Amino acid sequence: MTGNIAAIGAALAVIGAGIGIGNIGGKAMEAIARQPEAVGEIRSNMILMAALIEGAALIAIILSFFGG
Amino acid sequence: MRKYILSLCCIFCLSVFALAQHDGHNHDGHNHAKKTQATDHQGHNHDGHDHAGHNHGNHEGHDHGSHAGHNHGNHAGHDHGAHSNGEGHATNACGHGGHHEFNPGEAAFHHISDQNIYSIGPFSFPLPCFLYASGKGWDVFSSGRFDADSHGNGEKAYNQYILCEGSARRVQDASFPTGEIDLGHHAVYTKKLPTDKGKTKEYAFVCYNGKEWQADSKSTADAGMFGGGITSFYDFSITKNVLTMMLVFLFLAWVFISMAKSYKKRRGMAPTGITNFIEPIFIFIQDEVAKPFLGHKWQKYLPFLQSIFFFILGLNLFGQIPFFGGSNVTGNLSFTLVLAILAFLVTNLSGNKHYWGHTLWMPGVPPLLKILVITPVEILGLFIKPITLTLRLFANITAGHMVIAIFVGLIFVFGQSGANPGAAYGTAVGSTILTMFMMAIELLVAFIQAFVFTILTASYIGAAVEEAHH
Repeated sequence: MTGNIAAIGAALAVIGAGIGIGNIGGKAMEAIARQPEAVGEIRSNMILMAALIEGAALIAIILSFFGG
Repeated sequence: MRKYILSLCCIFCLSVFALAQHDGHNHDGHNHAKKTQATDHQGHNHDGHDHAGHNHGNHEGHDHGSHAGHNHGNHAGHDHGAHSNGEGHATNACGHGGHHEFNPGEAAFHHISDQNIYSIGPFSFPLPCFLYASGKGWDVFSSGRFDADSHGNGEKAYNQYILCEGSARRVQDASFPTGEIDLGHHAVYTKKLPTDKGKTKEYAFVCYNGKEWQADSKSTADAGMFGGGITSFYDFSITKNVLTMMLVFLFLAWVFISMAKSYKKRRGMAPTGITNFIEPIFIFIQDEVAKPFLGHKWQKYLPFLQSIFFFILGLNLFGQIPFFGGSNVTGNLSFTLVLAILAFLVTNLSGNKHYWGHTLWMPGVPPLLKILVITPVEILGLFIKPITLTLRLFANITAGHMVIAIFVGLIFVFGQSGANPGAAYGTAVGSTILTMFMMAIELLVAFIQAFVFTILTASYIGAAVEEAHH
């Protein structure tokens, strides 16, 4: 099995993004449980924040593949 | 409603122009040359025209020229598994053998790349080619002249252009004959050559008259990231992706025009038909995206946001239809780049004094810190925003398509090139379930990514037009 250092870089980026999005999801669930009437607003902000984290992770992944 | 349609038209035209201009085809196809594989490929002819894979699984070394009808698996690659390194394959005059070992990553990349032919199942439809080379002028012809085989490799050359893996390439050597010439089967193939950076890059070759001619890479503006680059010719063709954009545009225009008519005709009455489906989405974007982010200026930017949303959504969903060309428009770097550039232009052209003041000369910060840190970072941020918009949409859609293609490719990996049919059948069951699951996720992603692109664009514009609070 041959590998590539770029794969490790991509994996690290994904770990970071996973922790970040997990935190967002968890906190959003807590917030919804506390204030169910704000579910719509919380959900769209959750998606927005997840998208921002995802953007950073994607840049890392793409750079790791094209740089590696 | 007319404003929305006009705005959609504008975006569409610009996208078509830019896609054709910069790229014609956006080849996600070739960066595998850089990846783990350093093996010397005998050259492979395989390529995907669509996500409906030709299953050559059980053929034991056949001549590729002869397949007309294939067994189509779902949404994935031609199986090159059976071809164990060209065994039993015709070898052409240049000593180029048949296929190399099946590589699911490569097969997946080929299947998501843009092409000059449109194939649905075993049928491939020619598309118009508009090729320009300096010193040579324009060549306008149908890609049917290339007489593409099932792998997207042309069996004919036309005016020094050949078709390799579905995309047009140019043979730059002036001694290569012009006009239509018959190359025969297996005449077009790719080989990996080492670059000066110690990596390998894939080049197309054509065998004619017992001689090997190197063809230029695809014409793309992606700086060679996907195997293309600025080469000796420019490809302005109506490719598969451009055709898909036209179809989606016509469909959306028809939907929205008919909706506008029905609103006029049925004023004050309950909506009917497709209006019932579109209206809640439309209102959702208006109320959840435009109004909260743009404040009292939301009406000015609503047409732009709605056009972006519905265009991306339409293309995402169109790319999801199995057996229908497998167009991967939103998973095409240049397409998403054009959308992001539009968002960038709208944001910065509508930026007010307050926005530019905060970007270039942040108040309340010591001047030295401003010059050294804040201003450079803010200016960098201006460009990072559209880059992330580009990459997010591109990577999400591409990843989804690739995962599906690789799941199907697993069948051929575990089937060990047709040597182990039992394992292949077993994997087929598993990957069918996984593929269906992925398709469901992709359906969700199609909506989420269209929404995310729109909401981020709205938030960037909102930050640019926000009035000062102090």
